[in-house]
Amino acid sequence: MDTAVTVPKKKNGKYNLRRFIPFYLMALPGLAYIFINNYMPLYGMQIAFRKLDYSAGVFNGPWVWFDNFKFLFQTQEAWVMTRNTVLYNLLFIIVGTVVGMTVAVLFNEIRTRLAQRIYQSLALIPYFMSMVIVSYLCFAFLSSDTGFINNTVLKTLGIEPVSWYTTAKHWPIILLIVSQWKGIGFSILMYTARLLTISDEYYEAATLDGASKWQKVWHIMLPMLKPAIILMVILSLGCMFYSDFGLFYQIPMNSGALYQVTTTIDVYAFRALMGLGDITMSSAVGVYQSAVGFILIIISNLIIRKVSKENALF
Amino acid sequence: MITKSDKRWAFSGHVVLGFIAVCSVAPFILLIIASFTDEAASLRNGYSFTPEKWSKAAYEYILLQWDTIGRAYMITIFITVVGTFSGVMMAGMLGYSLAQKDLPGRNIITFLIMFTMLFNGGLTATYIVYTQVFHIKNTIFGLLVPNLLLNAFSIVLFRNYFEFTMEKALLEAARIDGASEMRTFWSIVLPLSLPMIATVGLMSALMYWNDWINGIYYLSPNSKMQSIQTLLNRINEDIRFLQQNSTVFVPGDAIPSTTVRMAIAVVGILPILLLYPFFQKWFVRGVATGAVKG
Repeated sequence: MDTAVTVPKKKNGKYNLRRFIPFYLMALPGLAYIFINNYMPLYGMQIAFRKLDYSAGVFNGPWVWFDNFKFLFQTQEAWVMTRNTVLYNLLFIIVGTVVGMTVAVLFNEIRTRLAQRIYQSLALIPYFMSMVIVSYLCFAFLSSDTGFINNTVLKTLGIEPVSWYTTAKHWPIILLIVSQWKGIGFSILMYTARLLTISDEYYEAATLDGASKWQKVWHIMLPMLKPAIILMVILSLGCMFYSDFGLFYQIPMNSGALYQVTTTIDVYAFRALMGLGDITMSSAVGVYQSAVGFILIIISNLIIRKVSKENALF
Repeated sequence: MITKSDKRWAFSGHVVLGFIAVCSVAPFILLIIASFTDEAASLRNGYSFTPEKWSKAAYEYILLQWDTIGRAYMITIFITVVGTFSGVMMAGMLGYSLAQKDLPGRNIITFLIMFTMLFNGGLTATYIVYTQVFHIKNTIFGLLVPNLLLNAFSIVLFRNYFEFTMEKALLEAARIDGASEMRTFWSIVLPLSLPMIATVGLMSALMYWNDWINGIYYLSPNSKMQSIQTLLNRINEDIRFLQQNSTVFVPGDAIPSTTVRMAIAVVGILPILLLYPFFQKWFVRGVATGAVKG
């Protein structure tokens, strides 16, 4: 880069700063939004440490420090929502990784470009749909009176109809299927992008050595995917305390009979705030989630720095 | 050379991916067929891929109710267009200024932006701020502003893109020709970053089109600001309410019939399905370059 044509440098401090005014102005709208949307709520978190007093204003109730949290953790719900959030996350990580990888390897074996394109396009459609729409699709299958499963599938098999939206025991599986159904197209895309980076030379060398397909999968593809998989698993560990609110709220149609298996931290915080109007409990849950979430992200980032430094967030 | 084993693997690939493809599409086909099924037939036999009797009554009902549904459509389009445009512009301008390596305060600003990815006040605190301080409940801003407008990820994407791809010489030439920074950004930087804008804009547009979460927080049940998604959510909530309070059930057409609900859902997904072949390419490209996260 020839420096001869650059704007004269630092004649004095004043000139230099003036040169940056346009950049600060350009940054301003975005920064103002970040301040409002992300930093003002940090100030709002204090509600979790105060007694709610509407007459004094939401932010002016007396400090009670950790009393609200004591109350929260004495409830049964605190345990249920934490358990659900963590277990569903673990389930989704494990199943998602295994299914995603298997499908991507098979996808890679299809040698017709056109077929690949068609499968890819169709599998990706659910990814672009909102959870409300997905809840309508699920309802068309699961509704106890008019659903496809009760009226067609179970009838043909001669099984008694099931009242899906009031039977809790089926829901871990239903939610798993819905989350995989919605995400599979994206996983194929992600893993295929990784598989494409493996040079053909490895496969050719393996073929010359007489390796079978299985051996190629085990000894070339999986080792090559390993760093990406480890990275993704650690990243999702950082999000252990967060859940897909739409999945757990819309798909079970917020049905009370299913709360034991569908209430995650996000769903509880929403229900406490908008359903019960309990601002204090809801913000206590929010602080609990943010605090533990922060610690988890820090830990997962420390691990990533050990494993592959270039992928660390900071 | 294609061996027998290769063929077997390719065959299993076709079987598994064919199954996934069918599963991905079948629910939408069922939804569309359900919306064209005669109400009485669907109550008798349930939703089916082969209905006893077809009917387009649901769509006639929608046309009759077009002031509600058409309005919701306009609101969805409005927030998608305005939200995407302002969000991308804000992210682009902020990313561009952060890409100036010698900008005083650059590291602090970058840190403050990155920090929002690690820690947040939670939805309740956000809700309190937006309703108590800014009073956006039941306004169009309730759908437009909270959480969707801008995120750290797209700012960082733009910053990196500008840092690595902008030709310094080109920008210097514009400066020497006397173009203001704003003008340089608008007429040189932006046109050169169209691929990035397309990817970020696409993600943002999809988010706005599909969003119902802002609606459940920032719109009252009877608000006039319902978008298509919040309207669909509203119908779900009403049905739930009636089921839970079946003793006070008032017969009548307070809530749309099952087929009409399916028809409204079809109207909601139609634009995405129609535009899908066009935006899919950009999306796939975005994933390949790491510009789209899961």
